[in-house]
Amino acid sequence: MSDDSQGRGVKTPLLALTNVSKSFGGIAALRDVDFSLLAGEVHGLVGENGAGKSTTMKIIAGVYPDFEGEMQVDGKKVNFRSARDALAAGIGMVHQELSVIPDLTVAENVFLGNQPTKLGGVIDWARINSEAKKLISSLGLDIDPRTRMGTLPVGLQQLVELSRVLFSGARIIILDEPTSALSPPEVKRLFGVLRKIKAEGRGIVFISHFLDDVLEVSDRVTIFRNGQKVATETTAGLTKDAVISHMIGRGSKDMHMGESAELESDDSKPIALAADGVGDGQTLQDISLSLRSGEITGVYGFMGCGQIELARALFGKGKLRTGRLMLDGKPHSFRSTSAARAAGIAFVPENRRMMLFRTEPVYKNISIAILDHIHRFLLKPSRERSIADSHAKDLQIKPPKTDMTLGQLSGGNQQKVALAKWLTHLPKVLILSEPTRGMDVGAKEDVIRIVKNLRDKGVAILVLSTEPETILTLADRVSVLRKGRVAKEFSRGTLHKADLLAAA
Amino acid sequence: MMEATETQSHSRVKSFLADQLRNIAPVFTLLALVTFFTIASPTFFSVVNFMNILSQISITAIIAVGLTYVILTSEIDLSVAAIANAVGITIAYFTLQPDYVNIANIPLPGVVAIILTLLTALCFGLVTAFGVTWIGIPSFIMTLAMMQIANGVSALLVRGQIAYSYPDLITTLGSGSIFGIRWTIIVAIIFLLGGHLVLTYTRFGRYIYMTGGNREAAEYSGVNVKLIIGSVMVISAMCAGIAGMLAVAYFGSAQQNQFDSYLLDAIAAVVVGGTSLFGGRGGIGNTIIGLLVLGVLNNGLDHIQIDSFLKILIRGLILLSALIINVYAQNLKERTA
Repeated sequence: MSDDSQGRGVKTPLLALTNVSKSFGGIAALRDVDFSLLAGEVHGLVGENGAGKSTTMKIIAGVYPDFEGEMQVDGKKVNFRSARDALAAGIGMVHQELSVIPDLTVAENVFLGNQPTKLGGVIDWARINSEAKKLISSLGLDIDPRTRMGTLPVGLQQLVELSRVLFSGARIIILDEPTSALSPPEVKRLFGVLRKIKAEGRGIVFISHFLDDVLEVSDRVTIFRNGQKVATETTAGLTKDAVISHMIGRGSKDMHMGESAELESDDSKPIALAADGVGDGQTLQDISLSLRSGEITGVYGFMGCGQIELARALFGKGKLRTGRLMLDGKPHSFRSTSAARAAGIAFVPENRRMMLFRTEPVYKNISIAILDHIHRFLLKPSRERSIADSHAKDLQIKPPKTDMTLGQLSGGNQQKVALAKWLTHLPKVLILSEPTRGMDVGAKEDVIRIVKNLRDKGVAILVLSTEPETILTLADRVSVLRKGRVAKEFSRGTLHKADLLAAA
Repeated sequence: MMEATETQSHSRVKSFLADQLRNIAPVFTLLALVTFFTIASPTFFSVVNFMNILSQISITAIIAVGLTYVILTSEIDLSVAAIANAVGITIAYFTLQPDYVNIANIPLPGVVAIILTLLTALCFGLVTAFGVTWIGIPSFIMTLAMMQIANGVSALLVRGQIAYSYPDLITTLGSGSIFGIRWTIIVAIIFLLGGHLVLTYTRFGRYIYMTGGNREAAEYSGVNVKLIIGSVMVISAMCAGIAGMLAVAYFGSAQQNQFDSYLLDAIAAVVVGGTSLFGGRGGIGNTIIGLLVLGVLNNGLDHIQIDSFLKILIRGLILLSALIINVYAQNLKERTA
């Protein structure tokens, strides 16, 4: 095996995809993709959200058995019917969300589901521990196999999971966003391990948003855009700018709306809510942000960069360990979401299920956040209905029947209901997490119009998104989050999508 | 387009039926039971027996009001019977007992005794609320512990003895009657009515339904979910306590482990009535039907010739079928919404 890895090009690749296409419900997710992984290489895979990276990976890992085109392992055509088949063919995957069991020991995690047994099915603990030790130290790590998994830092947990994949005999290893939760020294250690693994003649697919990491560790990089492979290049001589321009198709005919924006922040506007060096002791570290009345602040970052935690912390959910929040210039801390709401803060989470009542009528969904304004003690359902009706008309919620059960509305209309909750008594600060994700174009435009309208009425708005287009369409100023810290701020001038991608 | 509207109206009919299944099924059960016992027993269908049934379910009804609130928020309270017992014993403990009762108690004037006893019930509720909301103990476990604690209080206060005297007001409400109607029935009706009005017409009631329907969404809408859940735990303990005070007078004695059967009866009444075990659906109306189903069943089985040990099994089977309908109705609703 290791002999093969010395040469390149003429050798049979470990894995090859030819003309692979995949569509979901008539919508093409992948079109005519060619991809090859050689023995002894780290192959970087980059592209924006929805470019087709994860679809490709799921095809390779056997999660999507039906696709067009051909897949070969070691030059032989394969047809995986399940992830189990892929595993048997030597394809292993380490997901962004680790699948380790924190309460078991390191050794138990390595041998999960395949513990060596002695006669009579008794687990051979001595062997588990000694073999795990051998395996882990072969990666150049020094961990006691009897340590409880949960006590290890994330970086080591990930390496233990990787050693589990190696132990299972995988020769093709897929790493999904392996560096998103790691500190710089941990990244360095991971790369050391990867170089060791590839020297053994295995092939590694390295999927990541962090272009610097990809360029550092990969031998070749494949770039996806809109479900197509744009380029496969050797990393030597490839620059970050070149990768970004491939990713977003700069200079090509693909240029479309949301590529760049003119930022028009205005420092004379009053600060409604300010975060001053806040951190939660885990994900968020030393974040400072000022949300100004009549302005939309955008927070961009990759999945897992801390946006979700930040949004919750500002709405009184999740504890802040460091720093403080200033509301209208005065220090303030919210001990509950109801305290935050009473102080004039409103929040629409990224997942609609989190704030809507599917089996309740639309009007109750809208009135829940304003009941205390409508009535002191007794309910006035007719008042609730008329308020809800007027929102349904303003926001063009379809159908405009507010006594319908919420679950019967389409996704975009549900999102409007989620917004409508906060519109009767305008909040001081409105926090929107992924406000347009997964919506059709029409609903998206409606939401954008509503949000801008609210800004013009003087609401301080925070938009958090992993989609650069959303940020560029809405924001007046932008902060880029990277691994729980503010990496860069943009407040004036032209902001290009490439700038966002480069900063994150 | 045609097809779309057709499937939509079809799904709306289905959704309506799914929504109403939990309300319709208990009513049919009640009608079926009444019909059956009327045919099977000549003594069942009479005004006197109807008043009997009401009186038999009146104490359970008061407990069930509080439990309805708890179950609507998708929590549970397993301590109601034990708290009823402990509070019933507490009222006796603060009352002068006849000479032959050998309990080292503290006799107090009636009003003071009643106030202190109500405060005891409040304390039980506050401890439960604290454990469930502040500490974050699941209510199932927390109230299990409270059940043991309340039983311990009962045991310490009476030490195996039986007490017989209560303040006059309690004796009247528990065992007296007015215009031929037992006071316990009237108190139960007041509790059920009050419970219904609060749930249906107040902001607090709406918050209870919304918290039970989707706790996360309620929280992200700025509802103080912990306050709501803490409140229903306190309400449940107060209802159980008041029921316990009346019950000791109703039965004429206060002793340990006297009300154990109320736990299952009260939960059964709420669930048989159709209030969702997952929270957010149902209400006092459902609980009333559930109480009547249980009352008719218990009373009716006494009127027909049947092995008394078989009665227990029959009640279990009725409860099981109610649970099946309850969960089935929930799944149906989730699917069609």
